[in-house]
Amino acid sequence: MSQSNTPAAPTTSVTTPAGTIDPKLIVPFVNAVRNVFMTMVHVKTDIGRPFTKGVPAPQHDVSSIIGFSGEVVGTCVVSFELEAAKQLVASFAQVELPEDSADFADALGELANMIAGGAKKDLGAVASISTPSVIMGKGHSIARLKDVPCLIIPCSTEVGDFAVEISMKRVTKAA
Amino acid sequence: MKILLVDDSRTMRNIQKKVLEALAPVEFAEAGDGVEALGLLATTAGGFDLIFVDWNMPNMDGHTFVTRVRATDKKTPMIMCTTEAEKARVVEALKAGVNNYVVKPFTPEILLEKTRTVLDKAKAAA
Repeated sequence: MSQSNTPAAPTTSVTTPAGTIDPKLIVPFVNAVRNVFMTMVHVKTDIGRPFTKGVPAPQHDVSSIIGFSGEVVGTCVVSFELEAAKQLVASFAQVELPEDSADFADALGELANMIAGGAKKDLGAVASISTPSVIMGKGHSIARLKDVPCLIIPCSTEVGDFAVEISMKRVTKAA
Repeated sequence: MKILLVDDSRTMRNIQKKVLEALAPVEFAEAGDGVEALGLLATTAGGFDLIFVDWNMPNMDGHTFVTRVRATDKKTPMIMCTTEAEKARVVEALKAGVNNYVVKPFTPEILLEKTRTVLDKAKAAA
């Protein structure tokens, strides 16, 4: 995985088979990931160069999903390798949690919630976010709307990798 | 001191508890949504010294909860602790009646500072 210590989000539109992604929708997520993991998980996150994703495609081992509605619609999926998830959750919750427990899923959902909420304030749009859902299982995939492009932001920490998958588009231009 | 934590994430409630225990001996009560929290308020003798409330929760969100509480209780200090970070949201929450606002993610220092500020003001007004 190509890594960089500086935000690698594109500054021009990214075109995918499903459409064009506004870069202004991506940078807020990069910044939110850094803030959440530094402030409450206490790990440094290296952000790789974002890339587009075909639909559908395998995820990591566990994924937290937040839905967006309003002037932007779509999803933010935070997808972890299991070992990375276990250690990141332990650091966040300040206790080791069994991977099959409700609390483990709750912690992963809250991480996604903070990333989505942190990004939302900088999207330049009036939007609402859903409460998180968590899916576990190696190689699972998540279906998305075909007309909404998906961009992967690869993230790396000292305890393992995860990815933030942004699949969203603007419905109306912000005032 | 009795503190009610209202958040649908048990992880977040546990983190808040660990931070707030530094304030003083605290007796915590917990609710996963606004409906459950209103039930606790109705059945807890003497009420609470402080309420933390999340915004986005199932069944009843935090803004609705705050509005419902303030319809009859103007005094109990409430702090909104949420990922909702837009200024418009902060203003909306303050208008509904919260005494302070903490954006997640937060550091222990921020949470404690805002909590102390709210408790000091409540004490001065008593």
